[in-house]
Amino acid sequence: MILLWIALLPLFGVLVPLLCSQRSRLFTTWATAAAPAIALGLTLSQAGTVLQHQTLRYTLSWLPSLQLDYALRLDGLALLFVCLVLGIGLLVILYASYYLSEQDSMPRFYACFMLFMAAMLGVVMANNLILLWISWEITSISSFLLISYWWQKSEARKGARMALTVTAAGGLALLAGLLLIGHMVGSYSLDVVLQHGDLIRNHPLYTLTLCLILLGAFTKSAQFPFHFWLPHAMSAPTPVSAYLHSATMVKAGIFLLVRLYPVLAGTDQWYSIVSLAGMCTLLLGAYFALFQHDLKGLLAYSTLSHLGLIVLLLSIGSPASTVAALFHIINHAIFKASLFMAAGIIDHETGSRDMRRLNGLWKYMPYTATLAMVAALSMAGVPLLNGFLSKEMFFAETLNQSILGSLSWLVPVLATLAGVFSVAYSLRFIHDVFFNGEPIGLSKTPHEPPRYMKLPVEILVGLCLLVGIFPEFMVQPILDAASAAVLQDQVPSYSLAIWHGFNFPLLMSLVAMAGGVLVYTQRRHLFRFQHQFEAVDAKREFERLIQLSVRRANVFSRWLENDSLQRYLLLMLLALLVLLGSSLRELHPLSGGRSLLPLDPVTLCAGLVLILSAIATVVVNRQRMLSLLFLSVTGLMVSLLFARFAAPDLALTQLVVEVVSIILLMLALFFLPYKTPRNAAAPRNLLRDSAIALVLGALVGSLCFALLSRPFDSISSFFMAKSKTDGGGNNVVNVILVDFRGFDTLGEITVLGIAALGIFRLLEHLRLFKPSADGEGRLWARQRDSVILNVIAQGILPLALLVSVYIFLRGHNNPGGGFIAGLITSVGIILQYIAHGVSWLKPRMRLNYALMIASGVTIACLTGLGSLWWDRPFLTSWFDHFHLPLIGDVELASAMAFDLGVYLTVVGATLMMLANLGKLTTAHRPQYEEMQ
Amino acid sequence: MSVAWPLFHAHLPILPILLPLLAGLLMLFPPLSKALTAQRLLGLASILLQGLLAVLLLLQTADGQLRLYALGQWPAPFGIMLMVDQLGALMLLLTAVLALGALLYACAGSDVQGSFFHPLFQLQLLGINGAFLTGDLFNLFVFFEVLLMASYSLLMHGENRQRTRAALHYVILNLVGSSIFLIALGTLYGTLGTLNMADMAVQVKHLDPTLVPLVKAGALMLLIVFALKAAMLPLHFWLARTYAEASPAVAALFCIMTKVGIYAILRVYSLIFGDQAGPLADLAAVWLWPLALLTLIIGAISALTSSSLRKLNANLIIVSVGTLLAVVALNDRQATAAALVYLIHSTLITAGVFLLAAMIAEQRGRSADHLVAGRPMAQPLLLGVGFVVAALALIGMPPFSGFIGKLMMLQATAGLEGKVWLWPCLLLSSLIILVAMSRAGTTLFWRINGEHRSTSKSGVLQLAGVSVLLLAAPLITFFAADLSQLTSQISEQLYQPQRYIDQVFPMGEKQLDAAAEQLTSSPAAGATP
Repeated sequence: MILLWIALLPLFGVLVPLLCSQRSRLFTTWATAAAPAIALGLTLSQAGTVLQHQTLRYTLSWLPSLQLDYALRLDGLALLFVCLVLGIGLLVILYASYYLSEQDSMPRFYACFMLFMAAMLGVVMANNLILLWISWEITSISSFLLISYWWQKSEARKGARMALTVTAAGGLALLAGLLLIGHMVGSYSLDVVLQHGDLIRNHPLYTLTLCLILLGAFTKSAQFPFHFWLPHAMSAPTPVSAYLHSATMVKAGIFLLVRLYPVLAGTDQWYSIVSLAGMCTLLLGAYFALFQHDLKGLLAYSTLSHLGLIVLLLSIGSPASTVAALFHIINHAIFKASLFMAAGIIDHETGSRDMRRLNGLWKYMPYTATLAMVAALSMAGVPLLNGFLSKEMFFAETLNQSILGSLSWLVPVLATLAGVFSVAYSLRFIHDVFFNGEPIGLSKTPHEPPRYMKLPVEILVGLCLLVGIFPEFMVQPILDAASAAVLQDQVPSYSLAIWHGFNFPLLMSLVAMAGGVLVYTQRRHLFRFQHQFEAVDAKREFERLIQLSVRRANVFSRWLENDSLQRYLLLMLLALLVLLGSSLRELHPLSGGRSLLPLDPVTLCAGLVLILSAIATVVVNRQRMLSLLFLSVTGLMVSLLFARFAAPDLALTQLVVEVVSIILLMLALFFLPYKTPRNAAAPRNLLRDSAIALVLGALVGSLCFALLSRPFDSISSFFMAKSKTDGGGNNVVNVILVDFRGFDTLGEITVLGIAALGIFRLLEHLRLFKPSADGEGRLWARQRDSVILNVIAQGILPLALLVSVYIFLRGHNNPGGGFIAGLITSVGIILQYIAHGVSWLKPRMRLNYALMIASGVTIACLTGLGSLWWDRPFLTSWFDHFHLPLIGDVELASAMAFDLGVYLTVVGATLMMLANLGKLTTAHRPQYEEMQ
Repeated sequence: MSVAWPLFHAHLPILPILLPLLAGLLMLFPPLSKALTAQRLLGLASILLQGLLAVLLLLQTADGQLRLYALGQWPAPFGIMLMVDQLGALMLLLTAVLALGALLYACAGSDVQGSFFHPLFQLQLLGINGAFLTGDLFNLFVFFEVLLMASYSLLMHGENRQRTRAALHYVILNLVGSSIFLIALGTLYGTLGTLNMADMAVQVKHLDPTLVPLVKAGALMLLIVFALKAAMLPLHFWLARTYAEASPAVAALFCIMTKVGIYAILRVYSLIFGDQAGPLADLAAVWLWPLALLTLIIGAISALTSSSLRKLNANLIIVSVGTLLAVVALNDRQATAAALVYLIHSTLITAGVFLLAAMIAEQRGRSADHLVAGRPMAQPLLLGVGFVVAALALIGMPPFSGFIGKLMMLQATAGLEGKVWLWPCLLLSSLIILVAMSRAGTTLFWRINGEHRSTSKSGVLQLAGVSVLLLAAPLITFFAADLSQLTSQISEQLYQPQRYIDQVFPMGEKQLDAAAEQLTSSPAAGATP
């Protein structure tokens, strides 16, 4: 339970600064520090147990199906890192309260900072690989927010984005790697995973897994070749750099290597990849650190170099080298954090970080200078300071390895070389900044910082000294415990003594120091040499890479998505062609063997007309009105064919639909150009399009033939049998529509209604002008009224209504029904519009079409709901026969009411579309009415 | 009450269809047809009730049994049957939550940009709910038409030339899609002789081998229709422009539409053409797998090129569709369970981002949501937090919803042989989305030009709408265990189609044939009331 508090307290701490936004800065600082301070106290209270080489665990079930538990562990390694994270975190909180200026938002800084701290604790305390990954990713996110703290600066934005991209990419690789480990072991629990080192190392997926995890670790710890993001993350406020880029985030990658050391290390792949990356980073960082003019830049490259050193130590793979690595982790965190803070103080008090301008600060801030010099000497590896001890151990380990086979002698040589540069850049830090003449062009006169801004540095530098002088007392216990956790209790005997006698490592140290002094004094030559090369700005390169990929992607997308409807339709039809073709290819034979009907001349003629009119529609497609006429012929032929094959209902419907839709199209075409403009690409595409059309036609035709020539057995026999007895109607088609599948009909009339509403909406925004002439320049007739048409139309309306009623009433038993009746009524009314015009009709016929549609659908719906009253499912039909005097036997059916709904909807929808399209150029055109 | 309760329970499956229909109709009658506030309240009430109904259905189906509802009391396979299982109920709930967010946002004022917005919104929900409930393939077609027709009208909401142009592509492509749907239905009815999905599954099992190619043709044509709806390559082109141009609330609601396509694929190809379908078993997966992966990649590439946040988000929908379909194509229970979690997440979050983008656009004035420098926003912190949450969720970074689904999918596919491409595609697309999202975020929020800070703050209703949707990001993480348990149950049921068939035909399949035979031999025999 205490573990849970340690992990969660900083997380709750995120809220503290946000709640303090109205309070004073000092209050905010102390309030924010409370949570980590308590957490640190709790950790120390557990330290006694952990230092006895015991592991504390706490597990809370979270997502069992993912095997993701909120599982924490506190072993020696975790304890070490928890102390670093919380301890240095507390110092940085104190430091930051003096560093941040009045304009900077303190709550935002502290909130992000605490989030990062909580995530970091999650990484080091996780006992579940997935939980570790989750925390890992949150460190990436919160570090993005911290690096971009000064978001107004372009470099901060870019640096933050680069850091995020690189570390998050690594995070994805890490996820894959961890999932693979889970797949191999069958569990994500670290307890289990750590027991299965052999299984993992001998698994065929080991190499892949290792590479993925190393990708994650290397990107996070900025190892070569992913080192480039770290120097650019220096655009962050210095407290952030002191925390993230010395003690914590960059150490997360190293932590991961150490954590998984028992299961991943010890193979050839491990040796070669890890040592190569570590060695490159070590040298590269040390070399380039010397040439940085920015104080923080120097420290950033130096951090790279030290991280490389630790990684190299881990790659050697001997127990002693692992101890040395752990030791250097502690030391580096201590001296680098203090150096960053010192650099921050200098920046804060002088307004510059450029070492070409900062000179001779000793005179102005002797106290700070002393602190910084001690820390820098520790970084250089000078005796009696902590840096010396671990560096000595490192040198010793480089002598006891064989990672490069017969070339292994190179390792100590290169290590010494790195040592040389490390001494040189430390000297530069000391000499250039604090001595070397007078400051040049500073904006303010340097002076010592406030008392408590120095306090964190003092503590850290004190630790440097204490560890350097009394190593056994200061770090031996925790180092033992941590090593035990990593090496699984096979801790080698090692000595933390300062004096080991005259030996090779000492010699290497001496060479490094002498060389370092030499290099520093002769640095002009080196600077000149380095000056020949163009400096590569990783940030710019990175931005360019991103820009380039965006451009490439743009070209690709433009090529693929050219916004051409024709292309999208083409692709769709091609897809249809491929899928249909691939399945019909397997069909042998095409015909199912049913005997074909004899061909009679009338049908043949109708068929021919059908085909020819379809072809003609396409051929004259540029002359729209003509094309439409041919289309209507096609429609007519289809309705005749329906009649020929004994489907009178369909024939009737098709006929009326044909009339209405042709009127609709003519209305629409009136506003469009008379001819379709000639398309430049048309001839080129003609061949392609006709080929596709023909092949598709052939395929669908074959499909139809294959289907129709096979014996057909379906549920339709049920409808035949039950239509009269259970549905109460002789007309099976109508009974299907209003009863068996009345639900479909309800849906379809809704569709019709929505279509009408939609067309109204489209038209209400449309401003069209009436063309004065047709396509060939003939003026439209001025005279609006035709007397003959007026008279006929007026006479036809009652007739049409009468026919509608007749068709409607007979529908249940004979061809007809609400749908057809509705269309007939509509045609009758449309005729009035055509004959008299809108203005004449408007006062004479007050029909609210939207209301009509709504009433229609509502009636149909209520009919269905009625059956719920009798506890029958929706739309259960009812019918009965009554004997009325005089009239005789009368059938009443709920289906009639339903059909009435259909009728009303059809009339309303048809008229809403046609009439509003017709009204478009009149004063009564559809307009949006503001609602209250 | 005691009498009404069982009655209510028995009719529960039809209510999510009737409720939006009646609400929509009511809004067309006076006095509501002229009363904006009343329409808004009725719309919101209808959606809340739909959510309640969905929860009730979810509870009712928790026993793993289907709830059947025979419309007109006609027995299956002759009448139309509604069929609710946990998957359907879950999709209903998702729709209701999504609709609530979208409608709240619209009520802030964008609903007055055209007539009939509220009725059409309800009718749109009618179509979507119906598609999730029906157990009949032709009825599915009808509901597809309802939702398409309503979507055509809603797309043109708000006067905008670009919008109309983008809508035109959508309308025409979908009209062709509807025709293909009809041809497919004709083919399937012509071979299987039925349209009830459970009955189709029975018929497919005992299919005459000579008919196999024809049924396959029908099934693959259906796939085209569903893939068009879901926006799978090469039928995805309409999506990005249409969604990016649509009015924000409409675009948010449309986030469920691609999922309707995915739902249909999941339903039809597990129930009718699932493992038990003999020579037709799993016929969709062969096509789905490569095309879905390509969709995923192309969606990610397009996301990188997007010039505005809305466009970027629309492309992320394509990525999510690719991801989902690729996982569905694996035909694996665990993977499907993971995909369903991801489906819920991606629907809600992408919808939330459409609304968020509109708010950002409003506050940034002329620069709108284009990825260029603009004036400072009025509420940078509020919108910024929303953006970060949404972006992390969409990238799939912890601690928000995206990583749960992604992690589950990766884990479920770890052991599958021969499907190695999913991992790199999924991880790389995450990286590309990260690059695109971080570029978009830093540009929109941090690249400031000289103009004065905007003063147009977003309204409470707008914020409420966005919050309803984006709250999913933390909530899904928090309730991940329960959710994943639910989706595991669902995918367990999905891959046992025989259980569905047995429930629809409790007396056995043979009895069905016998009944049909009896009918044909003596037409008058079945004359029982």
